[in-house]
Amino acid sequence: MATLRDLDLRKILRMGLIAGAITVIVGAIGLLELFGERALVADVITMGQVILYTPVLLIAYMTAKDIPSGQTALSLVTGLLTGVVSSFPVAGFIFLASAVNLRQFLPNVSPTLISLLDFNAGPVIGSLIQVAAMGTVGLITAGFFILPEKHRKPLFNAILWTLVIGLFSEILSIRLRDFFGVAFTRLIFTGKALNPLVAGILFILIDGITYRMGRQKQTLSERIAAMPPRQQKRYRLASMIGIFVFLLILPLLLGTYLSEVINNIGIYVLMGLGLNIVVGFAGLLDLGYVAFFAIGAYSMAILTTGGSLGIGNLTFWTALPFSVLMAATAGLILGVPVLRMRGDYLAIVTLGFGEIIRILALSDLLKPYIGGAQGVLQIPKPPFFGTALIQPGQFYYIVLAGCLLAWFVSSRLSDSRLGRQWMALREDEDVAEAMGIKLVATKLLAFGFGAAFSGLAGALFASKLTSIFPHSFKLEISINVLSLIIIGGMGSLPGVVVGAFILVGLPELLREFAEFRLLMYGALLVVMMLAKPEGFIPSAIRRRELHADKEIEGEIQSKVAGLGE
Amino acid sequence: MTDSQDFILQSKGVTKRFGGLVAVNEFDFNVPRNSIVSIIGPNGAGKTTYFNCVTGFYGIDEGMIEFEGEQIDGLSPDRIAHRHVTRTYQNIRLFANMTAIENLLVGMEPELHTHWYGAVLGMPGTRAEEKQALDEARELLHFIGLAGKGDLLAKNLPYGDQRRLEIGRALANKPRLLLLDEPTAGMNPNESAEAMHFIRRLRDELGITILLIEHDMRVVMGISERVTVLDYGIKIAEGSPNEIQKNTKVIEAYLGRGAATGLQTPAGGQ
Repeated sequence: MATLRDLDLRKILRMGLIAGAITVIVGAIGLLELFGERALVADVITMGQVILYTPVLLIAYMTAKDIPSGQTALSLVTGLLTGVVSSFPVAGFIFLASAVNLRQFLPNVSPTLISLLDFNAGPVIGSLIQVAAMGTVGLITAGFFILPEKHRKPLFNAILWTLVIGLFSEILSIRLRDFFGVAFTRLIFTGKALNPLVAGILFILIDGITYRMGRQKQTLSERIAAMPPRQQKRYRLASMIGIFVFLLILPLLLGTYLSEVINNIGIYVLMGLGLNIVVGFAGLLDLGYVAFFAIGAYSMAILTTGGSLGIGNLTFWTALPFSVLMAATAGLILGVPVLRMRGDYLAIVTLGFGEIIRILALSDLLKPYIGGAQGVLQIPKPPFFGTALIQPGQFYYIVLAGCLLAWFVSSRLSDSRLGRQWMALREDEDVAEAMGIKLVATKLLAFGFGAAFSGLAGALFASKLTSIFPHSFKLEISINVLSLIIIGGMGSLPGVVVGAFILVGLPELLREFAEFRLLMYGALLVVMMLAKPEGFIPSAIRRRELHADKEIEGEIQSKVAGLGE
Repeated sequence: MTDSQDFILQSKGVTKRFGGLVAVNEFDFNVPRNSIVSIIGPNGAGKTTYFNCVTGFYGIDEGMIEFEGEQIDGLSPDRIAHRHVTRTYQNIRLFANMTAIENLLVGMEPELHTHWYGAVLGMPGTRAEEKQALDEARELLHFIGLAGKGDLLAKNLPYGDQRRLEIGRALANKPRLLLLDEPTAGMNPNESAEAMHFIRRLRDELGITILLIEHDMRVVMGISERVTVLDYGIKIAEGSPNEIQKNTKVIEAYLGRGAATGLQTPAGGQ
C-alpha cells in the first residue's frame, strides 16, 4: 500500500509552479480580463473562470495521471497539493500588484484583473481564497481518476460540450430566435449565456448519451468493418448522400452571418487542399503560397470589374477558368527556377516570390493595370440564371462546389501513379530520380496543382468581396494555410477541413480573441508539435511515421501472425 | 571478346574529379553480357563513384560510357533508368515511409505510361494499368520472399527484408543491367550464401547482367566470373577470381607492400 511518503514532491512543486506561471501570464497579457465578463452558464461560470482554472486543471491532470489506480489517497493529495502550489505564483502576483504599480510595465494589469484574481477581498484574504480555490480544482481533477473508467469519458464530454455550447450561446441564440421565436430562445438562454437549468439538462443528456455509446461493445467503425462488403458499400453510399444533403441545406441552418464564416473557411479549405499537394504530398515547402491566391484574385478582378481597370468585362463564369489557368501558369513559372532547390532554400525562395507578387501589386509600375494600393473595385458577384449570387448563403454553393472538386481531384491524385511519384520525391529525391521518375515534370505538376487550387480560391475571394487590395495578400495568409495543414495533419484531406475550422472558423466566432490570434496560433502550434505532431486527423502514412513504436509493433505482430496461418 | 557486341556496358577512359581529387581515373572497363562481374578495392577506391557515373547521378569529366552500344554518359538518372539500368545502394535507400508494395510500384516507373488526368477522370486505361502493376508487384513480392508483407512500411521491415526489398525495387524496373552496391553488407555467412544464390538466380533465370561492388571476398570469389580491382581510382588488375587472388598489386593495395612480399616468399618457395 502506498503511503504519503510516495508523494513526488519535486514533481508537484515543478508542475504546480508551471501552472501558476501560465495563469499569471494569461492574466498579465489581458486574456483573463477580456473574457472575464463573458458568461458561459448564466450566474454559474464565466469564460474568465474557465481560463483562470484551466492551467491548474490540466497540470493537476498530468501530475495525477501517472499515479496507479487504486491509490486514492495518494492521488487526491497529489491533486490538492498541485493545485495549492499553483496558487502561489498567483498569490505572489496579487501581492506584487498591490505593492507596485505594475501597469507601468504591463498595461493589462488593471484593477479589474486583480479583482478577478483576489475575489475583491484584498491581497491577504483574496490570496487565501485563491489557494483554496485552486486546491479544490486540483482535488476535483484528481478525484476524476477515482471514478470508474466507464464514467470518466462521459463526464468529461458532458463538461466540455456544455461549456462549448455556452461559449457559442450568442450565435446559437440568434439562430434559435430566427427559427423558434423569442419566447423559446429566452427559455434556453439568459442574456448571452446558457440558462443554468438548461445547462444542467444538457449536461445530463450528453453524459447519458456518451455513457451509452461507450457501453456498446463495438465502435461504429468496427461494426461497419464487420459488415459484408455489399452492406459496407451501401452504408458508405448512404452516409455520403447524408453528408451531401447536409452540406446542401447548411446555409439554411446557419443564416447569413455564419454562412459568411463558412465561406471564409471554405476559401481556406481550398487553399489548404492546394498547399497540401505541394507540402503534404510532394514535400516541397512553399512559403509564398499567397502569391497564387493573389494572382487568381487579381485575374478575376481585372477580367470582370465594371470599373476603369477592367479588360474584357467577362462574367464570373468565363473569367473563372482564366483565373485558375493564370495561377497555375504562375505556379509552373515559379517551379522552373526552384527545381534544383530543396528544403530550406526552397522555402526561402518561395517566401521571396510571395513578397514580390504583393509588392508588384502595390507598385506604381503596375498601378495603371491593377490599381496599386487603391486596388480593384466593382467586381461583380457571380451571376446565376439571371440573378446574382449576392447572399453569403447563395455564394456558399460556389465555394462548396470548388471545395468538393478540389477534394475529389486531391483524393484521386493521392491514390494514383502521380501521387506515388510525389511521395517518393518527398522521401528521397535522388533515389526517386534513379528509379525513373522525371523530377521536373513531377515537381512542376505539384506546383501547378497547388497554384491552381489557390488561384480558384483567389478568384472566389475577389468575387465574394467585390473589391480587392494588395494588403489582402500578406505573408500571413501563407502562414495561416501552412499552419492549418500542420494542425489538421500533413497529407490528410479531412485534416485540412478540420484545420481550417480551427484556425479560421474559431477566431471568427470568438471575436474577443482577435488581438490574441497570432499568440493562439503560436501556442497551438507548439502544443501540437509536442503532443500530436501528426495533426488532429493524420493521414494514415504520417500516423505510422510518427508513432512507429507501439501501434506498429502491434500491427506487424498481427500481420506476421496472419502470415503463419 | 574483342567484338563490342559481347559487352553490355563499355567504359573508356572514364575520369571523375572532385576538385583536386581524382576519384576515378582513366577507367577502361567492360561488362560482358549475361555475366556477373565484381568491382573490388579498398575504401575510397572510387567504386561507388563509378556506379554513380553509370547511373547518371554524376556527370563524368572525361571518357565515355556506352550501354548496349549507345552512349549514356550525360543522360539524367531517370533516362538511364528508362534504359533498364538500375541499382541498389550501399546504405539501403528505400522510400522508408512507403509500403513495400509502393516501393516496388515506384521501381516500376519506366514500365508505366498513364497520365494524371487518367487517374482524375478514372479512365479505364489508367485503372487497368494500375491494376496490372499491382498484380506484378505482388508477384515480385513473392519472388523476393516478402509475400504478405506488402502493406508494411519499408522502414518497419527487418534488415534482411529491406535488402531484399531494395533489390526487388530494382527488379521492378525489369533491368538488363543491375548494379548492386555491397548487397551482402551486414549479413552473416549464412545470409551471404543465400544472397549469393539469389543473385545467381537473377542472372540464370531472368537473364540480368550483374555488376557488383563487394567487400566480402567469399562472395566475390564465389560468384563473380570476372573481377576488376580499383585503387585510388585507377584500375590495377582485372581477370578471373583466381588470377586476382594471386595478383601482387592487389595484395599490396589491400595489405600494404610489406605484406605482399611476405606472402610472396613462401608461395615462391613451394
